[in-house]
Amino acid sequence: MNFGPRMKTPSRETQLFTRRVLVAAAGMLLLIGVLLARLVYLQLWSHDHYTTLSLENRLRVLPIAPTRGLIYSRDGVLLADNRTSFMLEVVPEKVEDVDQAIGRLRQFIALDDDQVTRFRAELRQRRRFDAIPLKNNLTEQEVAVFSVNRQQFPGFNIAGRLSRYYPLGSQTAALVGYVGRINEAELKSIDPAVYAGTTHIGKEGIEKSYEKVLHGTAGYQQVEVNAEGRVLRVVERSPPGPGRDLHLSLDTRLQAAAIDSLQGRKGAIVALEPASGAVLAFVSNPGFDPNEFVNGISTRLYQSLRDSPDRPLFNRALQGLYPPGSTIKPMMAAGGIETGVRQAGDRVFCPGFFRLPNVLHKYRCWQKAGHGSVDLVRSLAESCDVYYYDLAKDLGIDRMHALLTDFGLGVKTGIDLPGELAGLVPSREWKQRARKQPWYPGETLVNGIGQGFMLTTPLQLAYTASIIANRGQKISPRAVAAIEDPAAGSHEEVEPVHGGTVAITKPEAWTAVVNGMHEVVQGARGTARATAAGAAYQYAGKTGTAQLFGIKQNVTLKNEDIVKHLRDHALFIAFAPLEQPRLAVGIIVENGESGSKAAAPIARALFDVWLRIEGGLDAPG
Amino acid sequence: MRLGRSGNLLVDLHIDAPLVGGVLLLCAVGLSVLYSASDHSLEVVAKQAARMALGFTSMIAVAQLSPLRLARWSPIIYAIGMVLLVATAIVGTGRGAHRWLELGPLRFQPSEIMKLAVPLTVAWFLSDKLLPPRLSLVGATLLLVAVPGAFIIEQPDLGTAILVMAAGLLVLFFAGISWRLIGLAIAVCVVCAPIGWYTMHDYQRQRIITLLDPAADPLGAGYHIIQATIAVGSGGWSGKGWLNGTQSHLEFLPERATDFIFAVYCEEFGLLGVLVLLAAYLLVLIRGITIAMNAQDGFSRLIAASLTFTLFVYIFVNMGMVTGQLPVVGVPLPLISYGGTSLVTIMTGLGILMSIQTHRRFIVES
Repeated sequence: MNFGPRMKTPSRETQLFTRRVLVAAAGMLLLIGVLLARLVYLQLWSHDHYTTLSLENRLRVLPIAPTRGLIYSRDGVLLADNRTSFMLEVVPEKVEDVDQAIGRLRQFIALDDDQVTRFRAELRQRRRFDAIPLKNNLTEQEVAVFSVNRQQFPGFNIAGRLSRYYPLGSQTAALVGYVGRINEAELKSIDPAVYAGTTHIGKEGIEKSYEKVLHGTAGYQQVEVNAEGRVLRVVERSPPGPGRDLHLSLDTRLQAAAIDSLQGRKGAIVALEPASGAVLAFVSNPGFDPNEFVNGISTRLYQSLRDSPDRPLFNRALQGLYPPGSTIKPMMAAGGIETGVRQAGDRVFCPGFFRLPNVLHKYRCWQKAGHGSVDLVRSLAESCDVYYYDLAKDLGIDRMHALLTDFGLGVKTGIDLPGELAGLVPSREWKQRARKQPWYPGETLVNGIGQGFMLTTPLQLAYTASIIANRGQKISPRAVAAIEDPAAGSHEEVEPVHGGTVAITKPEAWTAVVNGMHEVVQGARGTARATAAGAAYQYAGKTGTAQLFGIKQNVTLKNEDIVKHLRDHALFIAFAPLEQPRLAVGIIVENGESGSKAAAPIARALFDVWLRIEGGLDAPG
Repeated sequence: MRLGRSGNLLVDLHIDAPLVGGVLLLCAVGLSVLYSASDHSLEVVAKQAARMALGFTSMIAVAQLSPLRLARWSPIIYAIGMVLLVATAIVGTGRGAHRWLELGPLRFQPSEIMKLAVPLTVAWFLSDKLLPPRLSLVGATLLLVAVPGAFIIEQPDLGTAILVMAAGLLVLFFAGISWRLIGLAIAVCVVCAPIGWYTMHDYQRQRIITLLDPAADPLGAGYHIIQATIAVGSGGWSGKGWLNGTQSHLEFLPERATDFIFAVYCEEFGLLGVLVLLAAYLLVLIRGITIAMNAQDGFSRLIAASLTFTLFVYIFVNMGMVTGQLPVVGVPLPLISYGGTSLVTIMTGLGILMSIQTHRRFIVES
């Protein structure tokens, strides 16, 4: 298709070109308009949205855990400390060949396979620039050996961090408790804002009940991070509020004396200051080393503690439930006078047993030969069972229940420790509910001497001793005397918690009961008179024996015939001095056989120590 | 051609003041943004400044050559470029793509040569033909454009291929190719789009998918776009201030010194800064259009218009890509992005514009 030769016409071409350039220029302006529209949309219209996104991108808030408050004893001994513990950490990105480096490291530092396996697992999850722990709790020697050879291990570092330490170890474990790593259940119940950055939480004892005071408030640092999450710089820092310190009423000298006095026997001792309820000694023996629990106890050690027949993890003082035995007799006696069913001088004849009308069953007195004619004071001094069978029959279970509950049995004392048990004071209602049975009159007698269904904790025993010492004034036991905030310079004394007064209003009731208890230790025929010899002060006590199994009628067993772990528990409650008492104790020696022989000497020893410390009455010897 | 004839250094060096002024302004902006984008690296800035000096030298050098000479050399440059492209396809280097050719110590992308060689050659080819071009001429021209384009796509370097072909096709457009043919070409493209989809590389498809829905893959392919958009959007009206862009300094923004430097600019200088930058570009572009309109021969005006609008294509594709309007195709922002090759090419192209502007009188006189 040839339309013939066309001539080049410059003017026409120029016109055409000019038009095309104008079209292109128009197109260009249009596209610039599109671009600008987009930029206006992004930078003006959606500016706030993208500003938010960009801030979220770069700022991270990292928590700073507060330093946990310290715990001191009354005599100024540090019971819970924060010590620097060392751990070996690895920053993977700085290590060329991690496996090879760990292999070399084993020449210097012992690593078990568990540690290496755990490390490898973390290595896969964490980022390359994060420090991953390889071994915790390095010994000083390991730290030294590593430090000397550290140039061989680029990327390996020793990091120090604060770790809870209990200088007195097992001595104070029952009271102070311990901290441990926060577990999943605890994670759900704690405030994540407060615990951000915190790894440990109080698990037992004071550490648990005063968790809020000890913990403090988390601090934060706002850091700028890059896209990988690496911290580039700290933008803002709000320091954590350190936890407050606790000053316990516990006296480490009395505590040590109490532990010594047990001489390795199983048992529990609680010593209170009657006027304030202050816990001066709190022993559960055998104990355990709480330091083992702080950074995770090894499975093997935990199993051996858990499965030990001596049950070292069991807090006997707080949770051990024992029949109170004869230690309830002072309360029974007081109730008898208060209700008018007995006068202090009323006598009961003890032939060695007691019988309910028209019942053949003999309720035996511990003194097989009988005590003869017994009044209130003598009934306490010699712990005559028949007197109390008779009294229990006259009081009846309903009044007994009210009376003993009033003295703090069967209910929690309200001590500032977690996990306290209430024990049991039986009632008709309880028996119907728990056993689906009516109350039988014979049960009233048995419970009248603290056997049967009755269960108390050593803490409750000490509490009743303190109530009697106070002549009815109830002041709840408490372990913490003061809360100190070193940062704020504040020192806040914990006020005694008054629990009202026991409903024993007749002064002669208290006089008779205290006299009777005084006779127990310092009377001519008192069950514990041997232990009071040479005491330079007057004091009062009551022995008790908790039978672990029933002995059949007309059978006499000597304790030697009974295997050790089934022998009777020895109990003793006491307070000293008689007037203005300074110390009230509840003591139980498991399988100690006799309150007077096993438990009463402990009370004497504690009184001697404490009254000397208090600068009051000096004990000879 | 003798130096010192007028006594005016600008005239004697064939320097077009508005053009050079615009280029210097853009280079200054470029270096300052680069200082920020490189995390205050004077080393990077110095290196880029050296490349700018090299580009500037090349621009001045080319300006000394008359358009006539450039037209004559065009087919030779084109031929050399093709040989190198073929060589690159065979022995080229580069991560996952054969783009680079190493000749002793020299390492360069032959595709860069074609950015100028293709429009020059097409302009030379059409300049003595009867315009608007007939169909056979259009066909021949398309061949001149498509062959190097195909090689570059195969490297694969879609961004450069688009620029090379755009430069060639723009010449054809300014030569007056009929609107009917343009319409036909667009129609063919639309029809062929599905076929193109299946012949694309996976990375190219991914880019298009990601452009349409960046949120679908926020940590992978969409990451570039999302982070760039955040950077641009958070800049606002006046920006976060020079050196204060968090997106870039905290390494959220990838390729922040090179292809995505516009995001850094937007974050730190805001919309106000963008308007200033666009004004600087428009200064250069309008000067280019003026030069094309004033050009006195066919070759000159075709190549001048093509180079000017190719420069705009660069700008638009890069900005469109950073603001999430176009797929990420790897086109640097002219005179601003870090990198030497395209910088030298662009400045050389601007040298051609200066040559056209400053040699006009001599041609008239001859």
